[in-house]
Amino acid sequence: MSVTSTPAEVPKAAPVVRKNRSSGAQRRAVTVFIAPFAILFLAFYAIPIVYAVVQSLLTVEREGTFGKPRQVFGGFVQYEQVFQNTAFWESVGRVLLFGAVQVPVMLGLALLFALLLDSPLLRGKKFFRLAFFAPYAVPGVIAAIMWGFLYSPSLSPFGAVTSNVDFLGGNLVLWAIANIVTWVYVGYNMLIIYSSLLAIPTEIYEAARLDGASNIQIAWRIKIPLVIPAIILTAVFSIIGTLQLLAEPQTLRSFSSAINSTFTPNLAVYTTASVPNYNLAAAFSVVLALATFILSFVFLKSTQRKVTQ
Amino acid sequence: MSRSAAMLIMGVFTLYFLTPIWWLLTTSTKTGGEITSTAPLWFTANSAGTFLTNLGRLFTYGDGLFGRWLLNSALYAGVGALIGTVIAAMCGYALAKYEFRGREAIFNIVLSGVLVPATALALPLFLIFSRVELTNTMWAVFLPSLVSPFGVYLARIYAAASVPGELLEAARLDGSGEIRTFFTVSTRLMAPALVTIFLFQFVAIWNNFFLPLIMLRDQVLFPVTLGLYAWNSQISQIPELRSLVIVGALVSILPLIIAFLALQRFWSSGLGAGGVK
Repeated sequence: MSVTSTPAEVPKAAPVVRKNRSSGAQRRAVTVFIAPFAILFLAFYAIPIVYAVVQSLLTVEREGTFGKPRQVFGGFVQYEQVFQNTAFWESVGRVLLFGAVQVPVMLGLALLFALLLDSPLLRGKKFFRLAFFAPYAVPGVIAAIMWGFLYSPSLSPFGAVTSNVDFLGGNLVLWAIANIVTWVYVGYNMLIIYSSLLAIPTEIYEAARLDGASNIQIAWRIKIPLVIPAIILTAVFSIIGTLQLLAEPQTLRSFSSAINSTFTPNLAVYTTASVPNYNLAAAFSVVLALATFILSFVFLKSTQRKVTQ
Repeated sequence: MSRSAAMLIMGVFTLYFLTPIWWLLTTSTKTGGEITSTAPLWFTANSAGTFLTNLGRLFTYGDGLFGRWLLNSALYAGVGALIGTVIAAMCGYALAKYEFRGREAIFNIVLSGVLVPATALALPLFLIFSRVELTNTMWAVFLPSLVSPFGVYLARIYAAASVPGELLEAARLDGSGEIRTFFTVSTRLMAPALVTIFLFQFVAIWNNFFLPLIMLRDQVLFPVTLGLYAWNSQISQIPELRSLVIVGALVSILPLIIAFLALQRFWSSGLGAGGVK
């Protein structure tokens, strides 16, 4: 409904003038409402992006070996370096592999739990909802510290397992991180899917039941198709989160020597920035942001088409 | 699927989700030596006393650094999320309830903002803040945390669904100004959404790691997550930090768990908004 249209019953005594004044007031109000966010967004989102792009196009030049460094325009020099940097691409491959396994597992579990919460089979739903959601209150760093202790052979309460399986070794550490991320986020994703299940009118189920549909058929044929938008939303956020992995691997480095300084793309950015090589780090950031944006955008668009078909 | 199979699945996963937190709780009540020498998932005879001693050490170590970290986190996340929520709500409300030129363009920019990862901004933000010599200050972490494109997105969906246009018309006829109407009428209707936006921005700031990691050098300015990270990476040199890290981890997750429990009524109804549309 259009809000700026003339009110249905403008008092006859004050015709045109009043309308103009009120639409002017609305324009002013819109400015007041939007300006704070717009200014902050510009300062701390838009300008940094532009600045990162600019920095990534610069390169440092020195007059002689010990001369004063100065920044000059270098074109795509940094990007050539990005594409030749095998450590960076290994880290990208690592998080993509991570995401290809961890995101479906996590969302599959979240969907299963949401369906169970929504089914008539379960008692104590409120308890399960809270228990599964509780890890979301644990920051990534703290979760990694906790699990780091739980994984470690000497301190773990499950010493019998951890002294035989090296969760922090090179073969398993990626999946040890995947477990931490899953532990933190399953409940959150479960709740998003669950609230979207709650929004489905129950008459649909009654009709299906009259037609002889079982609980599993109702879940599979009615509930899951109707919560696809919620699942897509959680998937996009999970993809973004996967490419940004930093806190968990960085924290686990004090428990595991198998995580190097370029284990994930963001770790590579951090390591490169600490050198300091800001221009190359900026180029990494730009490539990473672009890849994240494209991946989640393509995912959104491709799933949208499937849903509408 | 049978009832018992469903309960079994949920029971097993309850153990999975709660055991680490339970371990943190029981281990906080032990001395450094007891962590390895006593039953791992249970308390000792003098648990309460040891827990209090640990807490005392936690808050006195390094001139009360930990208390300062908690305070910093509360400031970054509490004040940041509060201001951020008001700003996002105003913007989302304007996008939902008014028609003006550029509305769709602004909304699309906000949406792309949702897809741009905040960590990709950390480095350029650092470079910009170092130009104006504001790195290693509280502002460097606080100011960027105010912006939440996802909050605007949620606020718009919620304002469109919960604030009827007729009501705004009526308020206008009563002579109420647009901004007054927003703060007195509309925000009340949007309350569950506002609590949801606040909580999730609070969590996002509380959990943010990259920005403080890259911005702050001075330990006194650290949020609690970065502080515990710093302690944790010094354990090999200073072993006594281990039990402090464990107690500190427990203390640092309590505020969030309490906030979620206390505000559950609001966010559990507000959470669906993003997924429904």
